[in-house]
Amino acid sequence: MPSATARPRKYIHAVRETLAEEMEADADVVVIGIDVAAGSVYGATKGLAERFGPERVMDTPIAEAGVVGAAVGAAMAGLRPVVEVMYMDFISVCLDPIVNQAAKLRYMTGGGVRIPLVIRTQTGGGRSSGAQHSQSLEGMLAHVPGLKVFLPSDPRDVADLLRAAIRDDGPVVFVENRRLYNSPTPDGPWETLPPGRARIVAPGDDVTVIAWGRMVGDALAACQDERLAGVGVEVIDLRTLVPLDLETLLASVRRTGRALVVHEAVEGFGPGAEIAMRLTEELLYEIEGPIRRLGALQAPIPYSPPLEEAVLPGPASIAGAVRALLDD
Amino acid sequence: MIATELDTLAGDLRAMARIRAFEERVARYFREGQIPGFVHVSIGQEAIAAGVCGVLTEDDKITTTHRGHGHCLAKGADAGAMMAELFGRATGTCRGRGGSMHIADPRIGILGANGIVAAGLPLAVGAGLAALRQGTGAVAVAFAGEGTVHSGAFHEAIALAVLWRAPVIFVIENNRFSEFTDSDALWRGAPLIERAKAYGLTSAERIDGNDVIAVRASAAAAAAACRAGEGPVLIEAMTYRIHGHYEGDAVGYRDAEEFAAAQQRDPLLRSAATLEAADRAGDAQAALDDAATEMDAAVAFGLDAPYPDPATVLEDIYA
Ligand SMILES: Cc1ncc(C[n+]2csc(CCOP(=O)(O)OP(=O)(O)O)c2C)c(N)n1
Repeated sequence: MPSATARPRKYIHAVRETLAEEMEADADVVVIGIDVAAGSVYGATKGLAERFGPERVMDTPIAEAGVVGAAVGAAMAGLRPVVEVMYMDFISVCLDPIVNQAAKLRYMTGGGVRIPLVIRTQTGGGRSSGAQHSQSLEGMLAHVPGLKVFLPSDPRDVADLLRAAIRDDGPVVFVENRRLYNSPTPDGPWETLPPGRARIVAPGDDVTVIAWGRMVGDALAACQDERLAGVGVEVIDLRTLVPLDLETLLASVRRTGRALVVHEAVEGFGPGAEIAMRLTEELLYEIEGPIRRLGALQAPIPYSPPLEEAVLPGPASIAGAVRALLDD
Repeated sequence: MIATELDTLAGDLRAMARIRAFEERVARYFREGQIPGFVHVSIGQEAIAAGVCGVLTEDDKITTTHRGHGHCLAKGADAGAMMAELFGRATGTCRGRGGSMHIADPRIGILGANGIVAAGLPLAVGAGLAALRQGTGAVAVAFAGEGTVHSGAFHEAIALAVLWRAPVIFVIENNRFSEFTDSDALWRGAPLIERAKAYGLTSAERIDGNDVIAVRASAAAAAAACRAGEGPVLIEAMTYRIHGHYEGDAVGYRDAEEFAAAQQRDPLLRSAATLEAADRAGDAQAALDDAATEMDAAVAFGLDAPYPDPATVLEDIYA
């Protein structure tokens, strides 16, 4: 896979520039969604309509079920659509084309069709956006066989994974985090990894913290908490939930003996439970104690700031959970 | 106009002035960072909320959208509680759980604003169905923007309402824009009211949504038809969104001339001018003054209110 030489300045630029590069490289790549020609609400598609024209940067009415369904059909018939579903919450109004069509048709046709479809969406709790604009539903999507789910936290991974998603011959849900859109690209060496490879973002020998999206930064911030002074915390950015890089996780936890999975999605029946169980199945007799999860409380995300803060994980609660693991 | 008509108009101007004063304060406190999240105000569209809710009773139900403050106020929601909700406080309409896009007060028939475009339409059909089954004589109103009408939920809601003869008034506020897009640019084929008639609605009319007298007349006829078992009905109320899609939207897509012309059609100014021409200028001024006083008090109430106790965050999730 080519490694981007010119670094995007910020997360949002990585989305925009990668879309442009892929549209440049392949005339079958089309961008479809509400207000994408105007640049879309957070500016992710800014400039694309001017550069590639309205035939390839297509504004749609508010009709997600029809739009995503049409994108599935277009993908089956030879295009490589990148559809924007403005908020991850709105995935719920177009679940049929995602869950029953895109995810299954390759299998149901005995491998007869390719569905090179990317559904770009974004989440991001903690900004009082209310219960219908704040959900992290990646667990629900990862649960469906046939869907890949990418959730980058680093701008360079945004570029690498979005490129991989567009070039993938199957459906990929690409989850951006709006609270990271303005985060700058860090300096330092960069290794491009394929989907299905997790990245160790901080090495440590005492405990493993597995996270993705905005929680990677919060996990790194938690390492500075005085309750964890002197503790070797290994922070792993999962990058993609499906495919899942169990190998990297197993190697880390085998070494540390303890692990916490952190996510913005609610904890109950969540992706953390799946990961913790997969690790436990392999490592039951090698770990120091139960592998634990920390997700949002089992509630719709409330609007009022103090309530929302109580519901979502953050650096302080992550540090507390890691401390509790060590003291188990 | 006869005196009782002027009284009604003065009352509707009061309702509109309350909405305007509320929304202006919302815009201001959002700008000043005291209201979190994002807010969509209905400045310029007040006549539709006032005229439609003006013919409803407390038993009638409404559902509305992300731009729903005006409908809730006109249906009787307490301005102080709404303001407290926007400030995220415990004494807010929804105890701080909902926020701007989710104001609801089911006790007075407000089944709620909604963050999902078109979600309120099927809910209103269900409320109409309940009224039908229980023989209450109530009607349900679904307020929605013109951006809604291409969604599956819109078409399914109308098809069901027609099938069940549900007492539902679909009020489509056509304010020109769907977010940053000219809504006409996304339209091909027959105009909305013709489409609606093709579905079998008994009546579908396009009205001047900035003329509160016209709105009230249309809504009164619609409600009477629904109560007589002759629903559902659709009203397309033509208006103009004076602010951006949300507060903070730079509105680069808006035509300056068109905007200036729209401002001339301000529903409050028009009603006030009619009252003044009938020697009732005092009524118009009192409506504006009283609204300002009430909404200043609402802001003070909201800002003084306590934040919710985080220990209560898991309440009301399951019945
Ligand atoms: C299902 C869904 N898709 C997209 C959105 C994002 N969105 C919020 S408001 C809006 C435009 C609505 O336009 P319109 O119905 O005309 O109402 P207006 O904002 O003009 O009052 C969009 C696209 C949403 N909230 N829900």
